[in-house]
Amino acid sequence: MSIQELAIPTPRELTTKPRRSDQIFRGVVTVGGMASLVILGLIALFLSLKGIHILQEEKLNFITSSKWEVITDDTGSIAESSFGIGAMLVGTFLCALIAIIVGVPIAVLSALYLTFYAKGAAKKILVSLIDLMAAFPSLLYGFWGFFIFMSSAEYWAKLLNKYFGFIPFFDVPAPIFERSPFIAGLVLAIMIIPIVTSISREIFDQTPLDRIQAAYALGASKLAMIRAVVIPYGRGGVIGGAMLGLGRAMGETVAVYTVLNVVYQINWQVLFGAGGNVASLILLKFGEAGPYEVDALMAAGLILFVLTLFVNAAADLLITRFGGKGR
Amino acid sequence: MSVMVEPLPQKPWETTRKQRASTALLLAIAALLSWLLISLTGLNGKAGYLSAFFVIAATLVFIQQLRLRNLAAANDSLLSSFALLGMVITVIPIVSIVATVIVKGYKGIHFGLFFNDMSLNSVNDPINQGGLLHALLGTIIMVGGALIISFPIGVLTALYLTEIRGRLSRPIKFLVQAMSGVPSIVAGLFILSSLVYPITKSLSGMMGSFALSILMIPTIARTAEEMLLLIPNELREAGVALGGTQWRTVAGVVLPAAKSGLVTAVILGMARIIGETAPLLLVSGGGDSVNLNPTSGPMGSLPYYIWKAFLTGGTEEAFARAWGGLLVLLAFIFILFGSARLISGRKVM
Repeated sequence: MSIQELAIPTPRELTTKPRRSDQIFRGVVTVGGMASLVILGLIALFLSLKGIHILQEEKLNFITSSKWEVITDDTGSIAESSFGIGAMLVGTFLCALIAIIVGVPIAVLSALYLTFYAKGAAKKILVSLIDLMAAFPSLLYGFWGFFIFMSSAEYWAKLLNKYFGFIPFFDVPAPIFERSPFIAGLVLAIMIIPIVTSISREIFDQTPLDRIQAAYALGASKLAMIRAVVIPYGRGGVIGGAMLGLGRAMGETVAVYTVLNVVYQINWQVLFGAGGNVASLILLKFGEAGPYEVDALMAAGLILFVLTLFVNAAADLLITRFGGKGR
Repeated sequence: MSVMVEPLPQKPWETTRKQRASTALLLAIAALLSWLLISLTGLNGKAGYLSAFFVIAATLVFIQQLRLRNLAAANDSLLSSFALLGMVITVIPIVSIVATVIVKGYKGIHFGLFFNDMSLNSVNDPINQGGLLHALLGTIIMVGGALIISFPIGVLTALYLTEIRGRLSRPIKFLVQAMSGVPSIVAGLFILSSLVYPITKSLSGMMGSFALSILMIPTIARTAEEMLLLIPNELREAGVALGGTQWRTVAGVVLPAAKSGLVTAVILGMARIIGETAPLLLVSGGGDSVNLNPTSGPMGSLPYYIWKAFLTGGTEEAFARAWGGLLVLLAFIFILFGSARLISGRKVM
């Protein structure tokens, strides 16, 4: 065999330019990665397309007024209509606020317990219980709230009204304590506790160990250590977790619809059995809505979407800035 | 000559038997006192007993610490009492929910449940008639459909965040987070406005799948991202060092290594949407008979079955049906969650 017959491999061209396969790969992955952007954009686009003419007609009234009525004439066409989600917006914030006020302190305390007190197997079991609870569907919370929790909560509401009735919030126009925003808020609190707990726990876990040990070395008790090291370190992240809970509570549909007596009026008296939120309004009105009213519901959905987007954005900003992976 | 006594190792920080006994004694006294308080005053109920017990026990422990040590230790004991209280309040609802569903739900479970649908029965019929076959099949079809849509998108998003790490990584991460906060009813409205009204003009199982996938994508993307981040960078470097292109490295090394993680992502995504009710009420139509065709006709689902039994019924039988459906749903969630834990062998979600 002569030497010429052996094919001498030509040296490969050295380059930093990606191969064709890599270009395709990177292109496909980048396009796939944009999906969340596209979907969120499409949601905003289509809800606006359907709902924008309602917003144009009602202008600011859509947010401030509390009238939701469609009057049809004899032929069934719409003679007069007015849409305003003021009452439901108030209800949304009221329920979510109650959930935050009740839920967050409990969640932070249990996160502290999980991080600094619980040990070994008990800790593992508790953590997985809380993760499991975060995965429960809202339908389950709604049913439990309606059938089991309601009677206890009603009793607590009566107690609150009896002893704190002089505060306008806790006053009621008529002694109806069932299905009130207070009870809905408590159910929402129970729903957000696992979320806020697991985020707070992750953030407390990231507290620098050297600072914790430095505090102990200086003779701090656990309380002093937590006040001096853990709370300043984790405050921002915990606030972010609470905002995430707020966003979840604001958008909740089924649990609120089940527990709350959805009545279309502004109700500041949290113990009185009437209220609502934007999401439950959509579910309530959707069944019997004509095409025109559906557009109004789309507009309400758009408002809800924008609101929760803002709350979630703020939460995400706080959590990433102050550590923690968020949820 | 004195004998050197070697000191035995000691752990002075451990709680001694005496301390344990005194704590137990304190708790017993607190239980007794709160029982007295409940029976003698107007306070009543389980919550009343719990709060009375907590206040008395916390005070007793506070006094004990103050007497044994100092104010700082006593304040410290207060924090641990409150932290424990927070934990107990967190756990009570979950125990109560699971217990309620099991106790009330087993009455709604019977043999025919998984072989019949509700096409010939109303929710108020005796409980041993009808079943949830249509709901079960509908849920499986819709969740499966949602999975087919969400899995590629979710994994591609995760790959973008972990492998490409382009300039848009941070915004995309933010948007995925924002997407996971989209209220479920808005997902339903979106599908209505973008697909149902302009294109198909009818409700079907496929529309349900689309709505569910909007809720499923962020869960899959985030879990997959976490799982891909766990793959050691050395594996990627080894792949590239062997001459592989990025595509070959990802397809041949990274993804196979992350296989169990991706399965976990899928399972958690399914657990997230299996009980989702609001969007299905808007877009799936919710039929009472078995419908295996996702492209046409209303399709039932477990949440819809429960919802209908709850809203349109009102009799014992209807509520038993609803609780039975919830028990089946909860069993699904338990199975999904347990298998996710088993597969990933680490903290999930």
